[in-house]
Amino acid sequence: MSKTVLTIDDSRTMREMLNMALVQAGYRVIQAVDGVEGLEVLRAEGADVVITDINMPRMDGFGVIEGVRADPAHRATPILVLTTESDATKKERARCAGATGWIVKPFNPAKLVEAIRRVAA
Amino acid sequence: MDPFESIKATFFQECEELLTDMESGLLAMEQGDDDSETVNAVFRAVHSVKGGAGAFGLEELIRFAHVFETVLDEMRSGRLALSDEVAKVLLRASDVLADHVAAARSGGGVDEGRTVSMIADLQGLIDHERANELGLNVHGDGSAAEEDFGFVPVVLSLDEPAAEAPETDIAALLSAAAEPSVAAEAPEAATPAWKVIFRPRAEMYAKANESALVLRELARLGEVEVSLDTSGVPALDQLSAEAAYLTWTIRLSGDRSEAEVRDVFEFVEDDCDLTMVRVGDAPERVAADGPDGDAPASAVEAAAAAPLDLAALLARVAPAAEPAPAAAAPAAPPAPSPAPADLDVAGLIALAEKASQDHAQAAQSPVARADPKLDQKAEARAAAGPATAATPTIRVDLDRVDRLINAVGELVIQQAMLSQRVFESGLARSSDVALGLEDLELLTREIQDSVMAIRAQPVKSVFQRMPRLVREVAEAVGKKVRLVMDGENTEVDKTVIERLSDPITHMLRNAIDHGLETPDEREAGGKSAEGAVRLAALHRGGRIVIEVQDDGRGINRPRVRGIAVAKGLIAEDAVLSDDEIDNLIFLPGFSTVDVVSDISGRGVGMDVVKRSIQALGGRISITSEPGKGSKFSMSLPLTLAVLDGMVVSAADQTLVAPLSNIVESLTPRAEDVHLIGGRDAVICIRDTFVPLIDVGVALGFRDTPLPPTSGVAVLVESEGGGKAALLVEAIQGQRQVVIKSLEANYQQIHGVAAATILGDGRVALILDVDALVTTSRRKSPRIEKRMAV
Repeated sequence: MSKTVLTIDDSRTMREMLNMALVQAGYRVIQAVDGVEGLEVLRAEGADVVITDINMPRMDGFGVIEGVRADPAHRATPILVLTTESDATKKERARCAGATGWIVKPFNPAKLVEAIRRVAA
Repeated sequence: MDPFESIKATFFQECEELLTDMESGLLAMEQGDDDSETVNAVFRAVHSVKGGAGAFGLEELIRFAHVFETVLDEMRSGRLALSDEVAKVLLRASDVLADHVAAARSGGGVDEGRTVSMIADLQGLIDHERANELGLNVHGDGSAAEEDFGFVPVVLSLDEPAAEAPETDIAALLSAAAEPSVAAEAPEAATPAWKVIFRPRAEMYAKANESALVLRELARLGEVEVSLDTSGVPALDQLSAEAAYLTWTIRLSGDRSEAEVRDVFEFVEDDCDLTMVRVGDAPERVAADGPDGDAPASAVEAAAAAPLDLAALLARVAPAAEPAPAAAAPAAPPAPSPAPADLDVAGLIALAEKASQDHAQAAQSPVARADPKLDQKAEARAAAGPATAATPTIRVDLDRVDRLINAVGELVIQQAMLSQRVFESGLARSSDVALGLEDLELLTREIQDSVMAIRAQPVKSVFQRMPRLVREVAEAVGKKVRLVMDGENTEVDKTVIERLSDPITHMLRNAIDHGLETPDEREAGGKSAEGAVRLAALHRGGRIVIEVQDDGRGINRPRVRGIAVAKGLIAEDAVLSDDEIDNLIFLPGFSTVDVVSDISGRGVGMDVVKRSIQALGGRISITSEPGKGSKFSMSLPLTLAVLDGMVVSAADQTLVAPLSNIVESLTPRAEDVHLIGGRDAVICIRDTFVPLIDVGVALGFRDTPLPPTSGVAVLVESEGGGKAALLVEAIQGQRQVVIKSLEANYQQIHGVAAATILGDGRVALILDVDALVTTSRRKSPRIEKRMAV
């Protein structure tokens, strides 16, 4: 069975981009537009990997990480954060908050799939 | 469409929304709203534009967005305070960003000079040292150096990333030298290898990283030999499920650079102890970690097997345990092998259960605290099933909607025809068929309304472009203007929306350029220096009304009158009411400004505005009070797909005249009709002579004109303001008709705007009043005969 990836990003472009790359790579993709919805979808449907943006309305990526790590059912779910190269401090903060890994934007599909493979069994 | 192109199209759509959000946020900030969420939203919008631009390699856009974003980030983090000045710069920056997006979309260029000066203005908001720190310093040529941005666009491609150049790691070399167990083999050994000692810490597991996956990645680089050191595992009663006890030693064969190997540990390197040593071809030596190489060897398993074993063990001893601890199993080391005989199953179960409860408790409380509403929503979502991620709106190609609208148009016609047939067949009104038909009629009407509602859009999409326009015009003419917008959510058909932009733009320009006084004049007149312009949309009587109101000087009636006389538009002794004088500005060729400025129109006056509004079936009027300001109101039909028409008959043909053109209808009296040159008839209506056009003859349905007194004259006004009386045989009534394009189905015919299908199934032509009036004015020869439909 193919793995399910939950992508959380407020940018429709980014969601579609992730979706295209992940579906091509054979993953099942579910989406959410902000952190609050992301946690809801994760609880409702579950996911093998969570990919989340940092800057989002309502709840940002750090909130997502905290929420997932605090949820007994999903605390061991790998979380990849989308960052830009310039956000070194944000990357560090995400890591400290419990992010499993990161994907540097702009990403190419190969890099994206590699990052997922690194964190998902 | 190519999926990549389709995502790009999405990106530009999204950009538009983001730019709108950004602008409304900035406008709020201009009004002093420094709420962190407002600033954040603006930041996010710019950030998302940059992010998307990065994916498509739109470098110019990225470059500007980056500077803009950096400034917003400063504001977000409280290092830059909001002031009127700052808000103004940011608003201008948003305009430049919009230009960049537009340029990226069309593939065109941007105003380089404007970009450079804008970047300089943005930098000006941040003090110099800080700007350097942020890498915002602009070089002599005005372009910021690429490396300063730390944001290197990578175009989305399927190519593998190029491997980084190997670096020499002195620490690794030193540790290699200090490693006693590694023989000092010649570095040029035939098959070089890496020895990696990997000791995860508990934090690594807490972040859901797994040793097995890291080892798997390592195995992709080359042949690996893995040995597991379990010597750190304590006795069972001291074992913590959350701690890390294991160390792996991996020998990776193959010529891989340190960067490549280190890259595998990218996500975990801060949460583990990692030693990497370059070694020669000596596998037996690498394994010599233990005293004699035997003991570890016995513990060596395929690394991935270890966590699996524990998961299985936990599942067996605590079948009721939550999946979480099981999934978290790699965080715990496997059962210690040294003392299998002492294995206390009861103790192990207790331990496992305690661990799982700890997880549950530790994890549960913060969630419960987080947001109770959230939980409820999550439950509702769960109940709703898998389609939970759906958004409340969908995007549909306009083509599809248009097809639906056409189909519904056909349905309406078909339904009308059916009603007529049933009526003709003489069935009783109370018959089942007639009653069923009535229901069908109601249903059809409802479908028609619903479909029209799909096309209806708030005028916001047009209004949102106006603040920028106002800023630019105000700046160009040196006036201070505050724009107030009302009724942005008023809905109107999409085709109407698209054509609203020009008239509104024109009216706003006019209001600022001509309506408002300069700040000095205003203050001298006891007004605030800042002029107010109000743009409003509202529904009134099935039409949409757009109002543009200013609090400026109002119309200078003596001057307008003087110009009209000078230009020969009115007679010198004409007696005109104030209202009539005001409306003179709509006359073709009227322009109150001697020097045509490039602001309020490229040499065109309000007559152009009036004409374009009439082309939409609308009207425009003005009210003005000297010293207090003016108000332009235009009213438009809500849709262009249906039309209110007057059904008339001429030469046995049924025709429709658009109601918006009709002024009045009357029965001509013989003494009012005069022939000029024995051929062209004019009719005197209220002491004004207007051409009398015999529609049947004008359209070529017959050659002999109808005796005027036996018909009905319909006084119409063309878009150009010209009046004429259309002579027809009879007026049948007023009705809404569905417009069918002639061009799309047949070809353009002079004097006919479109066609429609009436309830009896017959085609009726919709008159092009403008063309008919113009033709009559030019006194051109009669249109040649055409086939009647």
